[in-house]
Formats: sequence, structure tokens, C-alpha cells
Amino acid sequence: MSNTSTNALNRQRSSFRQSVRNSFTMAYRGLIKIKRTPEQLIDVTLQPILFTLMFTYIFGGAIAGNVSNYLPIIIPGILVQTVITTSVVTGVQLREDMDKGVFDRFKSLPIARIAPLAGSLLADTVRFTIATTLTFTMGYIMGYRPEGGFSFLLLAGLLVIVCAWAVSWIFAFLGVIARTASSVQGMSMIVLFPLTFLSNAFVPAETLPKLLEWFSNINPVSHLVTAIRELTNSGIVGWDFAISLIGAAVIVAIFAPLTVRAYMKRA
Amino acid sequence: MNDMMSKIKIIENSEYAVQAKGLIKQFGDHKAVDGVDLRVPKGMIYGVLGPNGAGKTTSIRMLATLLKLDGGTAKIFGYDVEKDPHLVRQLIGVTGQYASVDESLSATENLIIFSRLLGLGRKEAKNKAVELLEEFGLTEAAKRPLKHFSGGMRRRLDLAASLISQPPLIFLDEPTTGLDPRTRNQMWETIRRLVNGGSTVLLTTQYLQEADELADRIAVIDRGQVVAEGTVNEVKQSVGSSSLHLSMKNDNDKQRALSLVEKVLNVQSTVSMEGGKIIAPMKDANRMTDLLLAFREADIPLEEFSVQKPTLDEVFLSITGQTNVGSDNKDSQEVSA
Repeated sequence: MSNTSTNALNRQRSSFRQSVRNSFTMAYRGLIKIKRTPEQLIDVTLQPILFTLMFTYIFGGAIAGNVSNYLPIIIPGILVQTVITTSVVTGVQLREDMDKGVFDRFKSLPIARIAPLAGSLLADTVRFTIATTLTFTMGYIMGYRPEGGFSFLLLAGLLVIVCAWAVSWIFAFLGVIARTASSVQGMSMIVLFPLTFLSNAFVPAETLPKLLEWFSNINPVSHLVTAIRELTNSGIVGWDFAISLIGAAVIVAIFAPLTVRAYMKRA
Repeated sequence: MNDMMSKIKIIENSEYAVQAKGLIKQFGDHKAVDGVDLRVPKGMIYGVLGPNGAGKTTSIRMLATLLKLDGGTAKIFGYDVEKDPHLVRQLIGVTGQYASVDESLSATENLIIFSRLLGLGRKEAKNKAVELLEEFGLTEAAKRPLKHFSGGMRRRLDLAASLISQPPLIFLDEPTTGLDPRTRNQMWETIRRLVNGGSTVLLTTQYLQEADELADRIAVIDRGQVVAEGTVNEVKQSVGSSSLHLSMKNDNDKQRALSLVEKVLNVQSTVSMEGGKIIAPMKDANRMTDLLLAFREADIPLEEFSVQKPTLDEVFLSITGQTNVGSDNKDSQEVSA
């Protein structure tokens, strides 16, 4: 009966510690949901396998002469594209979740207001990890042997997960302000396609028309792809690595407060 | 224990569990709640009664800090829902109209997550879940995903989740809508038990029988306003007096009986269609003796004789002025289902 951890009634909003704890509980909920509905992992499992196979064999000969020369270029590209695409699901699921009755209960509990949001974003890093691992594994099976070695591969994986997490705030924002889950999907695709395809992920940027080349060069996705190529292929932590992290930080700095505010308004 | 003690102390400061004045909620042009006043004394079941779309759910959502107030004030145990929402949330449990539990999780997982969010430790949360599942007769289904739960089981789990922190005030939004009579009775039993344990329950319902059965006091809401308030009896009496229902053994006697009733009671009575009953308003109970004697003298054998207070249905119809609440409800339920 006793409830020792929350003592007297608390007039203040939740403390930082409580926010973190509540967020982790919500993330735990997200993980159970993934476990219970494994079919929602189809995108992060099939897409890396399918895209890696398809793109490598379709573009390999045309762009790099043969498949094995193309692998060091395409694997980081596919990796970024796949993981970033996965982050769309954050918004869609958040919207679906917020429409359910259970969100009323979360809102009526004396918990940190941010917890349901933070928790679902946290749980999504698991999806990013799965997508990352599968893409690298697929590449390995096809003959990709990154020269940077395993530790740099790990660092590259970490970098892409961090950046995808940052990007998922954009889609979380769309998820919070949208009215239906399918409209989140639609809006997200409009954001996503230019970002991932107008980059150096699949082809060298120099081959693009001037305007697109300019966009590709300022596109944060290009910098992320370059950073990962440098890490995996030559074991270099370069300037693009820094730019990617800064870009991720900027996205979070802009979209986290926006999302939280929009969310609180509805919560 | 600390938690309970402090809650008890806090709720002793206020005479009312809920005090709402002039609640207003506007959705676009539509005023869903238009100046609702509510006063719910502690330790009772208070029923908010009204047809679909009357503003019951909206009112409750405002009181439970789920919706912003567009006007008026609301206090829970003396604490303002707008100024101290975090504090109010520690004093209430909310069971929504559509089960506020997680569909894709099992019953145990649901309860554990809510317990953890409320600050219980890993082990405490697990024990609490087991304890509540047992209390609500859900132990056998504890591990099954909620998708396979019946409506009644889902409601019970929902209610169980609202009781984790033993809140002194529990909001139940249409707790029995869509339940079969047996599960509905179980739910009523559970709600009564809550109040015996010292909690205050504010429930909404569109079933007049439910309010009659459970509530100590009721407020009738229609079109966003409270149109009647009081104990169930008070509200009934405000509508009118009791009526006399008579049915004859032989249908042939009906005309004679009718004129006899009109003569003795000095009123215009009606013959209702269902089973040819005579219904007459009963203003003076003393006249009944005369009437029964008159029937004996006229040698008219009676099949049934009863005095009925107005049912809440009649009360409801006469207050809200709606003609067919029953079919109305049915329609809107189908839409929302």
C-alpha cells in the first residue's frame, strides 16, 4: 500500500530527475509495444536489406565501374537514407498514440508532461540501431570491407543514430501538429525525399546540375554521408563529422522546443 | 504511507471534492459547456446525467485537467485546476469513456507502467499490479494482450489503473456504457465499494437507472447547462407527484372503472395503451381508500394496483423537453462506436 517514493503532495512541476525517470518508463512502454507488434519493424528490417541489394546492383556498374568499387560509396549512403527514413515512423506513431484513450491517462497522471514524447523518441533509437546493424551486415555479406576497421564502423553507426534521433524531432513535430497519422506520413515524405536524394548519398555531387549541386553541398545529409564515408573507409574523424553533429544539435535546438510547446498545448 | 497521510490531510481542508463555477468550453461556434456549476461533497457518488452531447464528458475533462477552461473556475479539494494542475493530478483518478489503457500491452504491463509512472519501484509496481488484478478478477487474463479482452474486462482494468495511487477523487466517464447487465452490476458493486473506502466518485451516465441506483446526488445536464440538481428524490419530486396505475381483470370493466376513478378522485384520467392500464395522478393518498371501496361496491375485480413515483426517465424528459431520448442515444452510440 505504501508509496514511499513520492512523499508529500508536490505543488511544483516535476523535477528533472522525475522527468528522466518518467521518460525511461515511457521508453520501456515503447519497447514492449515493439515486442508485441513486431510487424512494425518491417520497415527497419526489410528496407536495409532490399535497398542495399537493389541500389548496389542497379547503380554499381554505372557509377563506379563495378559493384565492389561502389560498395564503399553506397553503403554509407544507403545507411543514412534508411535510418533517416526510419525516423519518419516516430511522427506517425506518436500521432496514432496521441489519438488513443491511453494518452488521456498519461495526461491525467502527475508525471512530467514531456515524458510521453521523450519516451517514444528514446524507444525509437532501438529502431535506428536495428536499421544500422542490418545495413552494415548486408554490406558485409556483399563484400564490403571498410578499411577504417571495426571501431570506426561503430563510431559511424553511433553518429548516424544520433543524427537520425535529431531528425526524428522534425517528424515528431509534424506528428504533434498533424490531425491524422496518414497526413504525417505524407508531409514527412515531402521533407524526406529532397533531403535524402538531393545529396551525395548515391551519386557524386559533381555530376549534378549546378543548382542541385549547390543544394547537395549545403544539405546536412551530404555532410553526414561524407562523415560516415571518412570514418568507415579511412578512419578519419573529419570536419564533416563536426558539421553533422552541429547540424543535429541545431535541429534539436529548433524542433525540440517547438515540438514540446505544440505538444503541451494539446496535452 | 506518507503519501496517504498527506492526501488525507489535504482533502480534510476542503468540504467539497469538486467545486466548479460557471464552467465554459467553446469548440468553434459551439458552446459545449455553457456555465456549469457543480458542487460535489466529499465521500459520495455524484452522478452527472444527460443525453449524448450534453457536455458531460467535456465538463469532466476540464475538471480532470485534460482540457483548458474557457471560462469559470474549478477547484478539486480546494485546489484550482488551472493554477495547481500538477497537485490536482495527484488527487484524482480518471477513467475515460473509451478505455484509457494500452491496447497492445497486457493487463499486467499496463498496470506496471502506470505504477512506475506514479513513482513506485520495480518490485512495488509488480506487487501492485498483482494485487489490483486479483481485486478486479483479472488474474487469469493478466498476460493476455488487451485486444482479446471483453468490454467489461477492459473497463475493470481501466478502473483498476485509476486506483493505483488510491486517489481520493475518481472521475468515471460513462463507466457502464456498452456493458451487459451482469458486468454492469459488477461494476456498480465495485463503484459502491470505492465509496465505502472513503473515496469520492463523480460519474457521468446517460442511463437514468444507473444514477437512480448509484448516485447520492445528481445533476442533470442538457445543452451545456445544469438544468436540475439535488438528491435523486428531490429531482424526482421537482417534476411532479406520484401516479396511480390500475389494471382490471376483465377488459369489459374498463369504461366503468374509468368513470369511477374520475368521479371519486375528481380528476381526468387516461387509459394508457400498454395493457389497458388506467393511470391517474395521485394528489391525495387518502382518497385511495374511497376509490378501492368504490371498486368493491361496483364489483370490478382488479388485476393490479400500484402507486408509482415518477421514474428518472420521466423526470429527464420533462426537464430536458426531449421527446425520444432513448432512440436518440442509440443513434449517437452507433455513430461513436
